[in-house]
Amino acid sequence: MLTVVWCILERDLKLALRRRTDVLTTLFFFIIVVSLFPLGVGSEQALLRQLGPGVVWVAALLASMLALERLFAADHEDGTLEQMLLTREPLPLLVIAKVLAHWLLTGLPLVLIAPLVALQYHLPAIAALAMMVALLLGTPILSLIGAIGAALTLGLRGGGILLSLLILPLYIPVLIYGAGAVTVSMIAWADTQPYFLLLGAFLLLALIFAPLAAAAALRIALE
Amino acid sequence: MLDVLQLSCRRGERLLFDDLSFQLDTGTLLHVRGCNGSGKTTLLRALCGLLRTDQGEIRWRGQTLQSLAEDYYQDVLYFGHLNGLKGDLTAVENLRVAARLAGYRCGTGAIDQALARIGLGGYGDLPCRMLSQGQKKRVALARLLLTNAPLWILDEPFTALDVDAVAWLQDHLAAHVSAGGLVVLTTHQEVALTSGQIQRVDLDNQKTASMKTPC
Repeated sequence: MLTVVWCILERDLKLALRRRTDVLTTLFFFIIVVSLFPLGVGSEQALLRQLGPGVVWVAALLASMLALERLFAADHEDGTLEQMLLTREPLPLLVIAKVLAHWLLTGLPLVLIAPLVALQYHLPAIAALAMMVALLLGTPILSLIGAIGAALTLGLRGGGILLSLLILPLYIPVLIYGAGAVTVSMIAWADTQPYFLLLGAFLLLALIFAPLAAAAALRIALE
Repeated sequence: MLDVLQLSCRRGERLLFDDLSFQLDTGTLLHVRGCNGSGKTTLLRALCGLLRTDQGEIRWRGQTLQSLAEDYYQDVLYFGHLNGLKGDLTAVENLRVAARLAGYRCGTGAIDQALARIGLGGYGDLPCRMLSQGQKKRVALARLLLTNAPLWILDEPFTALDVDAVAWLQDHLAAHVSAGGLVVLTTHQEVALTSGQIQRVDLDNQKTASMKTPC
């Protein structure tokens, strides 16, 4: 069973390596959106510190949204998705593999670039660390929930807009606790624990239910 | 082995086929015929379990597709309109992924051999987007050489193929059928088998005719 997960993961990573633009657009979109805010609101240190966590998280939501539309669409167009449905492996497992590849390509780069972004907002080192942990827990949730939306809007015209309308409201809890953790870390690190625990709980829930929901939506989309 | 009982399917307002029944035993090729839009692809997708039909039942070895669920797919190979190839991957990589998804482990040697047999020796390392339409089709058809599935469901396998490839495919289908396999295919050209039994379903007037070719 795991060989199939590995096989899909390896294939998607290989495809991304051969077509690097998709990965780089997400990352640069994130960097540009985050950089625009200090230019717009001025460079006052206290203001930026207050805005920072929220802005970074909103930018992360939008960036992970960007590549979501292509998550299943490319496989749908060339017929490989059909082949994936016709295997004896459980479809939710294949969805997990696709989501994992998506997260490695679009979520993980955001986690790694976070300390650099934190500098722009004059966030202290401890807040940069909190941001990395929060993004590490939060971005996989974005990919998992996003997969449901991507599967539901598969093959629809103008699916991209509909996808954002469907999925962005579901991202709100992640946004609240993700940004909250960073803000709280600037006051006392110990207080961040409940935020991280809640994000972890969301991640587990999403890991269990999102692949099942996405798999069911894929079966309907391909009928 | 494959029994279809009173199957009917509706797409929107249109009734594509109604009360369609047939039985296929081992070593049979079913040729589904009908004009464009008569529901050939729909029938094939229903046989794959990709599509839920309004009425009727499909049974494989006596069990319904619903009860078999994923176990059914280890016995089926589906070849659709879309080739299922990634343009950025090479033919070998594509086939390796396809084989793994189907549950087989194929070494590069076996895949190279399959490509050589289908007339694409030396093309294995090219990205599939560089291949012509017919060559892509051949790469996709190489899956037939890497599978042990007894039931092959092929949607228009002969399009875009040249004379040699058509002849090769006909031979290969005949070999599969004479080895006790089952083939369900749609095509607008005549299919001849050197051995085995051909059944025909005509979706235009929905009559099953059976014809036995001498062995």
